[in-house]
Amino acid sequence: MKYWLMLFCVTLSFSVQAIEIRQFDDPAKQQAYENLVQELRCLVCQNQSLADSDADLAKDLRTEVYNIIQSGKSEQDAVKFLVDRYGDFVLYNPPLKSTTSLLWLGPFGLLLVGLVCLGLLAKNRNAGRKMESALTEEESRRLQALKNKLKG
Amino acid sequence: MRFLIPLFLFIVMVAFLAVGLKLDPREVPSPFIGKPAPAFNLPQLSDFGKSISNMDLQGQVSLLNVWASWCVSCKQEHPFLMKLAKQNILPIYGLDYKDEREAGLGWLKHFGNPYTAIGFDADGKVGIEWGVYGVPETFVIDKKGVIRHKHTGPITEDSWQQTLLPLIIQLQKEGSPS
Repeated sequence: MKYWLMLFCVTLSFSVQAIEIRQFDDPAKQQAYENLVQELRCLVCQNQSLADSDADLAKDLRTEVYNIIQSGKSEQDAVKFLVDRYGDFVLYNPPLKSTTSLLWLGPFGLLLVGLVCLGLLAKNRNAGRKMESALTEEESRRLQALKNKLKG
Repeated sequence: MRFLIPLFLFIVMVAFLAVGLKLDPREVPSPFIGKPAPAFNLPQLSDFGKSISNMDLQGQVSLLNVWASWCVSCKQEHPFLMKLAKQNILPIYGLDYKDEREAGLGWLKHFGNPYTAIGFDADGKVGIEWGVYGVPETFVIDKKGVIRHKHTGPITEDSWQQTLLPLIIQLQKEGSPS
């Protein structure tokens, strides 16, 4: 039973990765290729990387990336090839530009808004506490009387 | 007044969700807008003896429509292209993307041919050069051979009237290439 389970797990891991087999003349190139297809987005199934996607276009783009890397060009060249044609959208890690500034800086802006809100709330709460203590003499006497009544 | 705060937050949230619903994640902005059409040279689908290249797209405002016989949305778009071709507003060039020749020719015979000329892109290499990711796609190309607009998905009467036609009329008024 244990062995069957192990075999099952092994075959499962194969079915996820091995889409096509590619030969590299240099292990560094293979590493570069594998990094790239993991971090480039497939345009057809937009929530999958090129490595994960089974779409026809993803297959073609993997071939393009393979050819670029295999011909001895750098990872940047392969990324540039795709960005020139499909835009920054193919990058899961987009560069900081005027069009992506909201994406990069937005979360910090929201954090700032949250901190300001928190500050205001804390201030209000303190102010409220002070108001409570600021009873007139008459009021505190009545309060005391009521408390006594409840106890009694 | 305090009870208005959740209401206000709710309205803000609804506004964001409403905008989000209307955005189309398939509309990826094309990096080619304002750039010369990528170079290509392909055999024509109807006659492999002839070829079509990016040079043919210069001189007048034209459309380049990327289609394939296996593409379901193209079938939906096709009657509109036929109608457009009859109006003779501008030449419509075709790019038969990752198709088989017989299937492409059969499609034209069956549904009609709205295209001035069609490039046959069997392996999809030209498609990649043009940043094609989902057929049908339509590029508007000006007189100088510069891409001015990209429409993803089938052209509808609405998108034609609201976006494409006004742009084409404007581009046709621009001066001829010097």
